[in-house]
Parts: sequence; structure tokens; C-alpha cells
Amino acid sequence: MAEPVTIAVPTTKPYRAPSRLRSLLTEPKVLFGGGFILLLIVIAIFAPFIAPKDPLEQDLMLGSLPPAWLEGAEPGYYLGTDDLGRDVLSRLLYGSRIALLVAFVSASLAALIGTVLGLLAGWYGGWTDRIVSRIVDIWMAFPPVLLSILLVAVFGSGVHSVIAAIVIIDWTRFCRVVRAETLAQAQLDYVTAARTVGFPRMTILTREIFPNIVPVLIALVSLEMGIAVVVEAILSFVGLSVSSDTPTWGGMIAQGRQLIHHAWWLLVAPLAVLFATVLAFNQLGSGLRRALDPVLRR
Amino acid sequence: MIAVSILNRLIMAAVTLFGVAVIVFMLLRVVPGDPIAMMIAPGASPADIAALRAKYGLDLSLPAQFGVWLQAVLVGDFGTSISLRRDVLELLLGRLPATLELAFAALIVAILIGGTVAVTGTLFRRTPLEPAIDATNGVLLAVPDFVWALALVLVLGVFIPVFPLSGRVDPTFSIDFLTSFYLLESLVRLRFDVFLDVAAHMVMPVLALALPLATVITRILKEALLEAMVQDYVLLARLKGMSEFRLVLQEALRNAVGPALSLTGVQFTFLVGGTVIVERIFAYPGIGNMAIDAVINRDLPLIQGLVLVFGAIFIVINLAVDLLAAALNPRLRHG
Repeated sequence: MAEPVTIAVPTTKPYRAPSRLRSLLTEPKVLFGGGFILLLIVIAIFAPFIAPKDPLEQDLMLGSLPPAWLEGAEPGYYLGTDDLGRDVLSRLLYGSRIALLVAFVSASLAALIGTVLGLLAGWYGGWTDRIVSRIVDIWMAFPPVLLSILLVAVFGSGVHSVIAAIVIIDWTRFCRVVRAETLAQAQLDYVTAARTVGFPRMTILTREIFPNIVPVLIALVSLEMGIAVVVEAILSFVGLSVSSDTPTWGGMIAQGRQLIHHAWWLLVAPLAVLFATVLAFNQLGSGLRRALDPVLRR
Repeated sequence: MIAVSILNRLIMAAVTLFGVAVIVFMLLRVVPGDPIAMMIAPGASPADIAALRAKYGLDLSLPAQFGVWLQAVLVGDFGTSISLRRDVLELLLGRLPATLELAFAALIVAILIGGTVAVTGTLFRRTPLEPAIDATNGVLLAVPDFVWALALVLVLGVFIPVFPLSGRVDPTFSIDFLTSFYLLESLVRLRFDVFLDVAAHMVMPVLALALPLATVITRILKEALLEAMVQDYVLLARLKGMSEFRLVLQEALRNAVGPALSLTGVQFTFLVGGTVIVERIFAYPGIGNMAIDAVINRDLPLIQGLVLVFGAIFIVINLAVDLLAAALNPRLRHG
């Protein structure tokens, strides 16, 4: 009797890629990062209702109080007070407003400019590409921190200047990646097919290529928001962001650095929040990239 | 062939530097606020103000101002600092060595830390240690130098105060060195007391700059090492009875260095940019710290000089990385 021949039987269910939403919600990085950012957004919106004290209210009798679990703390001031007697926790909660505002506005604008230029440079090539690439090269020859300080000095300090500086500096991040992605996509069969069918070039770019770049773009925007939060903190730290009345994490860090031997908790609290925020944006970004990229997902 | 491509790159570098010069110049012409207004004594006559304007060339047209400025820069005349009232080139040369020592020390430390962790991760691959290293590194990848610097201030400066928090050298030392390369010159002169003090001041800023780069090196190098470890030549060496340790260090590392190198170069420019804020946090007297003061004081000649120096450093690093990559890659070398 002959040996039974094993043949590859087609599985009953055809292969179907897992849905994007499902892979998003099962990615731990997305859950952690996205959850934290969501919490921050809620805090920023409802800060006046959540904050236990007025973040600007000074009381010199209650200056430099330690956090609640240390000796000498006053009830109601959970994270202590600064040298002017302002409540650290309330200032931290209010500080999320500037941080998130700068993160969302500057990352979106930088993404918009960089994506448009990157798509055009990658798709049309030639002189468009040469000019865009040269500008990007020149841009990259500036130290980002120095350039942002320089720009804010030019525009004058304030939240608008901070946003403008971040956009002007960081559009190149998007431009470089989008250009490279566009070049890669342009080599693929579906683009050739679209050309053969006779679609106009601009239509191929916006309707065929662009949707395939969106996953990478979303991940980049998330990473950029983390960068923007740090840049805003650095500029506040140097004293070039919003006026010192408005609570910002960077301003609180600068104060903490000055009073480091006197009241160390003034540095610990804003630094920890800044770190957690940057980490959350980063984890969200790399998680999104993994969940949305069909190659990495497998 | 290779001479042509080097020449090409040099020309491109010069074009980029020229672009940097143009942008810096244009940017600073639109600065609101009159720098002259900050210099004049109250009660100066209009004639005095005009004379001062003429002295700094602020009475000419924009292109003429640029021409005058560029010509002067090409012969090494960067003008006079408005806030410090000293020659800009002299100020830059006085401060640059401090920043260079900081940046290169950080680069070396980053390579040592990143290399060690990557090799360790490769040696212990498929053990519980590997995912632990990957997860820790993944979290640390997100931490910028600004956050590292302040965390170090807290931990090594306040909670366990082992290292000095600010400055470059203890002011009680009388230093009559020829150069401002304190670290190198103290070593050459065998002044170990000075060397140790300068090194102690550098520990925290160096770590703050090195750790972000170390995490990047770890990730890239480990990926390249793991890839190299499954290649045929490694298998052959293993069949010859080479120990795992020597396999990684002698065979795989040699081939993994290439991809890690060019990325390290790009990241090194970020590190140099990071000196601006890190020097500020540790009150370290380099050009980065000076740059923030120059901007706050709207000191145009000094800002121009500083940005040009930073731009030149960035361009030189990129050039060096390109040349080094070509030298290490036999295909590019003979192509």
C-alpha cells in the first residue's frame, strides 16, 4: 500500500489581516501612551475644577512647604509649595495646558508643511527635489536648541513664538521621512498601475500614495509632540517662553534648579511629569507605528 | 574618482555653510529692538548714535552690510561683542575648547556604554536578560538630554552629592595654561590635581549628553550584531571552535560597526546641539552657555559668530562621517 500523500489543504478561512483598530487596542504601548495623553488632555481642559488651589495665589507664610508625606507639610498642599507659597500640584496641573497646546499645534503645523514639501519633492523630483533637499540640508546644519532660542529672540517671547520656532525647525523631520517614503512608494506596482490607467500625476499622489504614508505620519506626529513638549520646557527654562505668571513645567523646573539646595521637590515634581509625558508620546508613537504598519505587524 | 567625490562633498559643505551664513544674517536683521539702543549711555547725542551705527556698519543697505560682514568673517574678523565689549573671535576661541572637550568626552562615553550594552545583549540573547535590556533601552530612548541633566543634578548633585554642580574647574586653582583645553593640557603637564577636578566637573554634563546617544547606539549596534551572528562566516568561525565571546567581539562586531557608525555621526551633531542647554544647566563655560546669554542680550556679532561656529562643527562632523564610511566600506572605496 502506498504511503498517504500529504497535500497542502487550503485552510477553510482565507487569510485576513487583523483589523487596524483591533491591533491598535491590543498594542500595550498604545494603551499606556494613549491613556496617559488622554488623562493629560482631561486635566488640561478641566484644570480649574481639578486643581485644589489657585496656581497663582501667593502666601508667603506658606512658602517652600515640603510635599504631604514629609515632615512640616501643611494639609491641602499635596506636593508642597514654591518659595512664594504657590501650590505645586495646582501649578503642575495648569502647566499641562501650555505643554499640550504647544505640542498639538506645533506638531500639526510642522507635519503639514513637511508633508506637503516632502510629497512634492519625492514625487516630482528634479528641481523641486533639489531645492527642497538643499534647504533641508542647510536647516540641519543649525543646532535645533540654538536655532529655537534664536528664533524666539527674533519673534519675541511668548507661546506663539515658541510654536512658530518649533514649526520652523522641525518641519524638516517630516519632510525627510515623507520624501523618502514617497520615493519608495513610487517604485511599487500599484503606482505603475495607476499610471497605466492614466490617472493624473497629482491624483496619484493625493489619492494613491498619500494614504499609504499616513501610518508613518501619525507615528511621527506623536513623536514630534513629545519633542515639542521638551522644547517648550527648555524655552520656559531659559525664560523665553510665556510670561513667568503663567505656570509652565519648564518655568517650574527653572525655579527648582535655582532652589535645588533649599527645596528639591520643586525640581522633582515638574521633571517627573515632563518625563512621563515625553515617554507617553514616544510609546504612543512607536506603538502606533507597529500597529499600523502591515510589515512590522506580522 | 574618490578625489572627485571628496571635492564634491567639500563644495557642498561650503555651499551649506554659506547658506547658514545668509540665514543667520537675515534673521538677525529682523530682530525687533535696536542693539545700538542698548549700548548708548543715556543722554548721548544723535551724532554719537550715528557714529556708533557707522562703526558697526548698521547705516548701510542690507546686501552691503552682508558683503562687509562676509568679507570681514573670511579674514577672521567676527566683529566686537556688544555685551562683552571684546573681540568675538577671541571670545569664541576662548570658550570653544571647553565645549569640544565636553562633546568628545560624551561621544567616547556614549560609544563605550552603548557598545558594552549591545555586546552584552548579544551575548545573552535568548535569555531573560535580553528582553530586560531591550525594554529598559526602549524607555530610556525617549529621555532627552535636558531631562537627564536635571535628573543627574538631583541624584548626583543633591541626594548623593558626589560631583560639583556647576562650573568647569574649582576657582581656587591657579591655572596658567597655554590653551583652554584644560583636560588635555593638565594631563600633558602632569597636573593631576587639575585633571581630576576638571574631570569631576565634567561627569554630570558628559553623562547627560552621552546617555541619549548611548541608547541609540545600543539599539542600532545590537540589531546589527544579531544580524551578523547568523551569517555564514560566523557559523564557520563557530565550527572552528571559536568562543562565543570572541565570535561577537572579533567577527560580528567588525561587520556591525558600519551601519552603527553613520547613525552615530548624525546623532553626534544632536549631541553637540545639546551642549547649549546642558552647559546652561551646569553653568559650564562653553560656547553653548555663551550662546544663550548672547541671545538674551541681543548681542548680534556674538550670535552670528556662535551660530557660524556651530554650523561649521555640524558640517565638519557630517563630512567626517561620510569620509569614514567610505574608508570603512570597501565597495564605496573602490567604486
